[in-house]
Amino acid sequence: MTVLADTALAADARRERRFFLSLSLPALFIVGLAAILPIVWIIRQSFLTTGGEYTVGNYEKVLSSGLTWSALVTTLELSLGTLAICILLGTPLALALASARPRVANLLMAFVMLPLWTSILVRTYGWLVLLRRDGLINAALTGSGLTAEPLPLVYNFTGTLIGMVHYMLPLFLLPVYAAMRDIDANLIRASASMGATLGQAIRTVILPLSAGGIFSGSIIVFIYTIGFFITPAVLGGGKVNPLSIRIERTLSTFQDWGSASVLGILLLILMALMGVMFLAARRLIAGRKVGTAHA
Amino acid sequence: MMKSLPITIDSVRKTYGSYVALDDVSLDIQAGEFLTLLGPSGSGKTTLLMALAGFVRPDSGKLLLDDRDITRLAPNKRDIGIVFQNYALFPHMNVLANVEYPLALRKTPKVEARQRALDTLARVKLEGLSERNIAALSGGQRQRVALARAIVFEPRVMLMDEPLSALDKNLRETMQYEIRRLHDDLGITTIYVTHDQREALIMSDRVAVMNSGRIQQIDTPQQIYDRPSTRFVAEFMGEANIVAPGSVRRIDGADPSREALMIRAESFHLDAKLVGRDGVALDGTLCAKAFRGENWLLTLALDGGQEILVCIPAALASGCAELTTGQRVTAYAPAAKVHAIPGARA
Repeated sequence: MTVLADTALAADARRERRFFLSLSLPALFIVGLAAILPIVWIIRQSFLTTGGEYTVGNYEKVLSSGLTWSALVTTLELSLGTLAICILLGTPLALALASARPRVANLLMAFVMLPLWTSILVRTYGWLVLLRRDGLINAALTGSGLTAEPLPLVYNFTGTLIGMVHYMLPLFLLPVYAAMRDIDANLIRASASMGATLGQAIRTVILPLSAGGIFSGSIIVFIYTIGFFITPAVLGGGKVNPLSIRIERTLSTFQDWGSASVLGILLLILMALMGVMFLAARRLIAGRKVGTAHA
Repeated sequence: MMKSLPITIDSVRKTYGSYVALDDVSLDIQAGEFLTLLGPSGSGKTTLLMALAGFVRPDSGKLLLDDRDITRLAPNKRDIGIVFQNYALFPHMNVLANVEYPLALRKTPKVEARQRALDTLARVKLEGLSERNIAALSGGQRQRVALARAIVFEPRVMLMDEPLSALDKNLRETMQYEIRRLHDDLGITTIYVTHDQREALIMSDRVAVMNSGRIQQIDTPQQIYDRPSTRFVAEFMGEANIVAPGSVRRIDGADPSREALMIRAESFHLDAKLVGRDGVALDGTLCAKAFRGENWLLTLALDGGQEILVCIPAALASGCAELTTGQRVTAYAPAAKVHAIPGARA
């Protein structure tokens, strides 16, 4: 009798598990269709000549080209530059938001999020209006006599970086703000009661406890920026050429699917490498015994 | 023994909009005293504690540590140890790092800091747990770490905000005893906030009962319990009956008091012989009775209509089991346990 009940219960449990598993099938299907298949296709493509024969020539061509390596360097410079500026600007901003009163914080948050609701193309051209030689910023600078000549703010690396930071800052801010807001206010009070100045409390309590959020934000920034296309295309003025632009050029100018695929794989490997490095660094920091409290 | 300091709270006022959290509170705390702020939630006790800590800025009034005005001093310069309600231990540091933290801020040499932290951990009976993570500690152990962290830098005053409210009953009683002993060893001026009147009675040199932003009474635990100065204090401190003078007759027939009288439920006897000739008697009918283990709780409707609670220890309550509701019962109380509350009405 009990044996029968047991097997019936076990069957119920199995059925339930299967049911919940089946709920994830549509998502798995889409991921397979939209992510894995194209990657497989690109890998295949990278080993084919335009005539459709097997070759490693695409790799030889791409990897021996100086353009590839300079594009790789530009990609890293843009990504890491954006990341560095996001950390420098975003962390204090998140701190200010997290310590503001809820109503003020919500209002400021709405301002931060506003750009996210605007098309990236619109925003990028908006920057163009602001940054070009006869744009608003240069007009103000020369008009007020601060600079004699208009500054080269756009159609170069600087302009691209400004546009990318503007796009990424809200996305970086969200996880950092969430992590900081979750810190118990009494922890900061406790550290003050034991003699910590605000700076010491930030260094010894707030930053260590929001490191997870800063890491998440950094990964988001890196993964987004490594494939950025529109911003460098519009604000780079042809002088800023990361891998994404090289890929587009290879396709539109030369219709060279093989080389473009190799460049795409390069981008993938870069992303994977950085992902692994981020995770390793995160584990290193989390695993380290914060044995000393020395401020 | 640390050098502890007296505290003076001089007409401190704090409002939030139209809500008065502290209504011109004045209070003197002696050096080395264990004083408890007792009151229901919203009475202002935690606000007062946070004002002392420097996290709440008073609208007016003065806070003095010894004879130094600390009203406008930043929290990190006050040198006050605080034990928070939820302990507020740093989750990213282990036990030892938490306790070393205030010493590290004071640039204490590392070797000395470690030794002092370990000594303090031993004092709160946490030897051998110094390398543990906070997440791996039980509630009682966390409480001890919080204590160690608050005393390791030898502050001159210690503030405790309902530190035991998260612990279960047995552990709470052990910790009450240990906190009091720690206080006696260190001689540190301690201000303790709780809403638990038993805890306040057990631990304190003096108790300040607070309600709606004011101190209702400040006195020794015994005085607070036996001689409450207001109806609020009487009722907050235990099962108090406030009866109109008309419902009470003197056993010896003398004129009764003209003021409302407070008689605690456990002051009553059912046997007139256990009460002196100058005691009082209250006549009524039994409405309800309940056996509570160590005692019986009877509810009596007095002839004036008021209901009172009568608590008879099980050892003296041989007749209680046979009482039936509706039966006439007379409750007697000795004169020493009858306390007139000026201005209170039954």
